[in-house]
Amino acid sequence: MWAMIVKEFRQMRRDRRTLAMMIVMPVLLLIVFGYAASFDVTSIPVRVVGVHAAEVAGRLPAPFEVTAIASAEDRSDATRALRDGVVPVVVVADADAVTVLLDGSELFTANAARAALARAGAPQVEVLFNPDLRTSAVMVPGLAGMILLFVGTVITSLGVVRERQTGTLEQLAVMPLRPRDVFLGKIAPYFLVAALDLTVVVAAGTLLFGVPFHGSLLVLALGAVLFLFVTLGTGVLISSVSQNQGQAIQLAMMTLLPQVLLSGLIFPLRSMPLGVRWIGYLLPLTYFTQISRGVMLRGAPLTTLWQPFLYLTLLGVAVVTFAMLRFRAFLAPQGARRARRRGVLALAAGSKP
Amino acid sequence: MNWGLTSVSVVRGGGTILEEATLKVSAGEIVAVVGGDGSGKSTLLGVLVGRLGPSAGVARTPARSRIGFLPASSGVYPDLTVLENLRFAAAAYGMPPALAADRIWALLDRTGLTPAAHRLGGRLSGGMRQKLGVARALVHEPDLLILDEPTTGVDPVSRSDVWWLITRETARGCAVVFSTTYLDEAERAGHVVVLQAGRVLTQGPPDGIVAAIPGEVRLFPTRPVGPFVWRRGRSWRVWREDGTGDGTVVRPDLQDAVVLAALRRAAGESLDRTETPR
Repeated sequence: MWAMIVKEFRQMRRDRRTLAMMIVMPVLLLIVFGYAASFDVTSIPVRVVGVHAAEVAGRLPAPFEVTAIASAEDRSDATRALRDGVVPVVVVADADAVTVLLDGSELFTANAARAALARAGAPQVEVLFNPDLRTSAVMVPGLAGMILLFVGTVITSLGVVRERQTGTLEQLAVMPLRPRDVFLGKIAPYFLVAALDLTVVVAAGTLLFGVPFHGSLLVLALGAVLFLFVTLGTGVLISSVSQNQGQAIQLAMMTLLPQVLLSGLIFPLRSMPLGVRWIGYLLPLTYFTQISRGVMLRGAPLTTLWQPFLYLTLLGVAVVTFAMLRFRAFLAPQGARRARRRGVLALAAGSKP
Repeated sequence: MNWGLTSVSVVRGGGTILEEATLKVSAGEIVAVVGGDGSGKSTLLGVLVGRLGPSAGVARTPARSRIGFLPASSGVYPDLTVLENLRFAAAAYGMPPALAADRIWALLDRTGLTPAAHRLGGRLSGGMRQKLGVARALVHEPDLLILDEPTTGVDPVSRSDVWWLITRETARGCAVVFSTTYLDEAERAGHVVVLQAGRVLTQGPPDGIVAAIPGEVRLFPTRPVGPFVWRRGRSWRVWREDGTGDGTVVRPDLQDAVVLAALRRAAGESLDRTETPR
């Protein structure tokens, strides 16, 4: 038995990635659950509109924090502010009544706001976009992103690393295929399967769970395409640094877990400390969740979702470029490319490289 | 058309993997690269196929689309059928579908894989998988065929089939470079390059390498005393440069020549007299 224990320790010591995962994961989970895993919303930004806005704003109790007072605006402006995701709560202080409008797509913030208003004996409260504050309504759009993330990152990384393990990637490297062709050809089927998955999840969410779909299908599709590029690029990137499928799964899980926990999918970003929240801002699922919830629940148009679209595009360009470079380095190693550039590999006259 | 390497060296991680290797192969010719594990065979083929850049020297190769390559792992997709494997290779090399279909069925016929055309690559025997690998490397009728240990771990019947495939392609004018650890197989080649620790130990036609051995090789039933002694089967052989001594004089073969070259290199002797560079 002793020999077995010693052998296992030796193998464990040499499998640096598994070792790192065993050490990093508990620390990561501790940080995430310690700091980020909180459903408590301690601060709620609120916009106050209407003729008595200034007067009402001064009476709002904690946890409400007035971010703007707009006496000239009315209920329609307030609804637009909620739809555009400017704030999760707007108080409409008209001449005859005070109405508090809550954004139901921000479930935990809306619940916290409603509880605080009830304690303060608030006037009329209306919940928009998810009137019954159903969990399924906010989870299904987020779940769509999680499925895209799973197919795009985990499955893609396995598909590419399988080629490396069977030795067929070496074969591809000597075929007259450009690295770009191999890259795109490799991710295209996963792209289509993920798109099909998204369609099924959105259809099932609306038909079976009654999740509303107020926005444009085209905007959601565009967001999904951008998000998929990031996730597929991450998958290829993971496969390019993994020697086998076990390593690929480990790395994929290490990218998956922070996204699920820190993107606002489960725990509201608003309740996370600023330092942890910033990690969330670097994760693509954060922006896809904002897009899917914005489009499906609030009917937000492209113009108001430009920020998550911009960040997803930037992330997509960065990840796909890096993945392409890594992929290219494997298919045409630098030594061979450099040699071809300086003509060390002399080609036959008249032949094309 | 002549392909090959001229004084190619490959340095990786501070170590020289291949040193001043020269190799030439013409249309219709077969060149064998022989050497033990870690001798630099795969590195040499890697430079020839364009996977590795030489640190020094020149590699003269046809365009990628005119090279056929069989990696040591056979490069067969285990989750594609035999037919799908060949169709993919044909499409990757840009063959028109009709021409590809004719060529694929002809290769299946020649390799005896027609009955297994719809079987998954992962369910083929070692010999069948290797034949499929060679067929895939040949599907686009390359000008230069590079095979990394094409018959390692293959049964004698399949080895014979693989060789029939290769020689048929040379008749078409295809140049072939293959690596092997089997010296009997190397004797089929018109030219043999023997590698040891990344350096060319000796090279030339198999008969030329054998004929270039100076002195005599003698056979002993028991291990004789002295340098340049090696075992062949149940007997021992010894090399005497001056042609004197006991034992029965035997006619050396390629294996004797290669072993002797390695022993002499280890002893620090100059091999100038046995090398026949081309």
